[in-house]
Amino acid sequence: MEANKTWKNPIVAWIDNRLPIFSMMNADLVDYPTPKNLNYWWNFGSLAGIMLVIMILTGIFLAMHYTAHVGYAFESVERIMRDVNYGWLMRYMHMNGASMFFIVVYIHIFRGLYYGSYKPPRELLWILGVFILLAMMATAFMGYVLPWGQMSFWGATVITNLFSAIPLVGQSIVTWLWGGFAVDNPTLNRFYAFHYLLPFIIFALVFLHLWALHVHKSNNPLGIDVKGPQDMIPFTPYYTIKDAFGLGVFLIVYLGFVFFAPNFFGEPDNYIKANPMVTPPHIVPEWYFLPFYAILRAITFDIWFIPAKLIGVTMMFGSIIVLLFLPWLDRSPVRSARFRPLYRQFFWLFLVDCFVLGAAGGHPPEGHWIWIGQVATAYYFAHFLIILPLLSYLEKPRQLPSSISAAVTPGGVGISAKGVAE
Amino acid sequence: MAHTASTSPESVDDEVTRRDFLLIATGTVAAVGAALAAWPFIDSMNPAADTLALASTGVDLAPVEVGQRITVVWRGKPVFIDHRTDKEIEAAEAVPLNQLVDPQPDSARVQKPQWLIVVGVCTHLGCIPLGQKPSDPRGDYGGWFCPCHGSHYDTAGRIRKGPAPANLVVPPYVFGDEQTIKIG
Amino acid sequence: MKPVTCALAALALSLSLAASVWGGRAEAAEAVAPPEVDWSFSGIFGTFNRASAQRGLEVYKQVCSSCHGMDLVSYRALTGIGLSPEQVDALAATHEVNACCTDAGEPFTRPAKAADRFVSPFPNPQAARTANNGALPPDLSLIEKAREGGADYIHAVLTGYEETPPAGVTLMPGMYYNKYFPGHQIGMPPPLSDGIVTYSDGTEATLDQQATDVVTFLTWAAEPTMEARKETGVKVLLFLIVLTAFLYALKRKIWSDVH
Repeated sequence: MEANKTWKNPIVAWIDNRLPIFSMMNADLVDYPTPKNLNYWWNFGSLAGIMLVIMILTGIFLAMHYTAHVGYAFESVERIMRDVNYGWLMRYMHMNGASMFFIVVYIHIFRGLYYGSYKPPRELLWILGVFILLAMMATAFMGYVLPWGQMSFWGATVITNLFSAIPLVGQSIVTWLWGGFAVDNPTLNRFYAFHYLLPFIIFALVFLHLWALHVHKSNNPLGIDVKGPQDMIPFTPYYTIKDAFGLGVFLIVYLGFVFFAPNFFGEPDNYIKANPMVTPPHIVPEWYFLPFYAILRAITFDIWFIPAKLIGVTMMFGSIIVLLFLPWLDRSPVRSARFRPLYRQFFWLFLVDCFVLGAAGGHPPEGHWIWIGQVATAYYFAHFLIILPLLSYLEKPRQLPSSISAAVTPGGVGISAKGVAE
Repeated sequence: MAHTASTSPESVDDEVTRRDFLLIATGTVAAVGAALAAWPFIDSMNPAADTLALASTGVDLAPVEVGQRITVVWRGKPVFIDHRTDKEIEAAEAVPLNQLVDPQPDSARVQKPQWLIVVGVCTHLGCIPLGQKPSDPRGDYGGWFCPCHGSHYDTAGRIRKGPAPANLVVPPYVFGDEQTIKIG
Repeated sequence: MKPVTCALAALALSLSLAASVWGGRAEAAEAVAPPEVDWSFSGIFGTFNRASAQRGLEVYKQVCSSCHGMDLVSYRALTGIGLSPEQVDALAATHEVNACCTDAGEPFTRPAKAADRFVSPFPNPQAARTANNGALPPDLSLIEKAREGGADYIHAVLTGYEETPPAGVTLMPGMYYNKYFPGHQIGMPPPLSDGIVTYSDGTEATLDQQATDVVTFLTWAAEPTMEARKETGVKVLLFLIVLTAFLYALKRKIWSDVH
């Protein structure tokens, strides 16, 4: 907490006097005051950070063996799987790591939505998070192209073609993105360059995200401000051990997939080398993009003079951009859904809506799935643009506890037993 | 259970000891795990199975005439094969060991006196010595001369003059029959 | 609704939706679900039955390899299914590979070595198409991973030919009826039948035996590192369970003084 701690070890003291790195680590990882009532949903932030490190590490070692050339990319990945020592482990960790990273980050986002972590004074923290999500999506998309399988190639073709929806310059932009007249070697090369670069940009964004977090400190399940030292505990040992335990459980799940169902999240078609002459019958993106894919496909009709394709693309990007405005769309002064009886129900409806979108994105756009995707898309935007602003005025929140320690101490005011941490 | 008085100072100590023990045990297990997890990353940088599979090279010696030197590639490095003349063999065998920087009799460097097989990489800093082409300088001892820093090798590939600390390396090889060898 | 009920209902609905996506994949392919086979390599502790995989290699050599290549598999890898290095060398030497070049600059051929990849039956895809009625026989290196349903599906296709298609189905010329192939019309003539292969170990070469053996071989070829993966996985997970138990105990201990 104090800016400059006195260190017993003379070497540490000497360094710290000139570059207070130990004081900083102490202030942000050890003494760092944390609300004492954080539940296990708060583990997912640190898990996301660890996933980023695992992805960068395995990625760097994979890059030592990967060849970014249309003639060799697929084979070099198979060489990693067959001949490189533990190459299969690196590759499966990286492949499944992408899915795990998104699972963790999506849970982290929904935790923020439930407990109102985006509300003042944490708006910028939230916005930085949205940028991290965007950068993650770009990284994941370009990474999926690198093995140069059928889904890699056709995913890249379909997604880059989205930009052709832009009026007037669309086709020129697509050609520019490709560096040619189709997805080809120049495209693969630049995707590789960006796939290697973007994680470090994410790293920088995460640094800013943490910086912003440490200014106003963590939100908590009650969503009320901390009133004093009695509401806080130091990060170490309490949350270091809790995060470590959470990491243990998470690794069991993650590595369980890596070792025993490594292709569970994958598509068989990506084990067929890219063939620009044959499109697979059923193109689907990776599961973490399915809801956005459903929004993209929801618009099957032109509106006025705007072509359907342009609206679809705009809405797909809009579905993430809208998150940037969330702190100002939800004006309710109460953060935690625990004290917002109506919002809580709409939260769960929204969660289900996201799964409906995911299902619609995973099915071919035929029969019922067309209108289901359209209704779910409409609801997605209605949640942010209509329901949340209205709720801010219509909802009567329950009485908030006077402080965290009042709430978590037995007999505290205005809180059910569930409010106690764990 | 043995301690009945739960408020006694011993039981507080006990509590602290047990917590410390748990901390040390957990820390140890975690540290072992982290160390083991590092191995796949390190090992992935070692030669892969396909690289190892190409670790041996077969050479047909039949077309190499007496006095001729050829270069073959083995594990990405040049290997010098010298079909030595009787004069060269004699010169190599005649050198007293006490005149050598890295003393080794000629017999320890060849399997058959007429065939000298050495890795063509200077033991100083890894340049390729000259002497394979008839027009190349062969140094003061009729073997090879490294142009980078001026090392002279004799007709047994032994270092005689210059900064290199050791003789040219003899790779492992076996004669399949009279006229073929397998290096590696 | 109580919050807990609400949350549970939402989660249940969500998970069933997620499951429908997985279900939807099979549905999209319009395929009949392949019957499940009890494979030696399935399960956490599954390993490749060496004898079966070696017989599968014989099936591949005697039947499949006349049309299908296995570009990604090298001969040396066959030690993984129990062949000795001498057997590998002998097998490799029965094939010729193109090499470059003689001292005069002419390309020549030499016998394949253990380090070489399986030699393909056709020099290029165009030649393969020409020899196969316009259809391209897919490379089999990754076929087990590249098909929905994996080993079960390939086994089902190999054994799922029917000589007379059901009433109402008209086959296009040059096509064969297969119960499990998506669309049911397949360009590959029935490759296996009772006794078409002679096993060197004397096993009776029934259709089902051949299909089982060749699929075991192909599954190995698609991922030769599978055994190492599962073996490592068991150790890693056991370790993690112990570590996590320790972490949980320590967490309980440390948090015991927080009220």
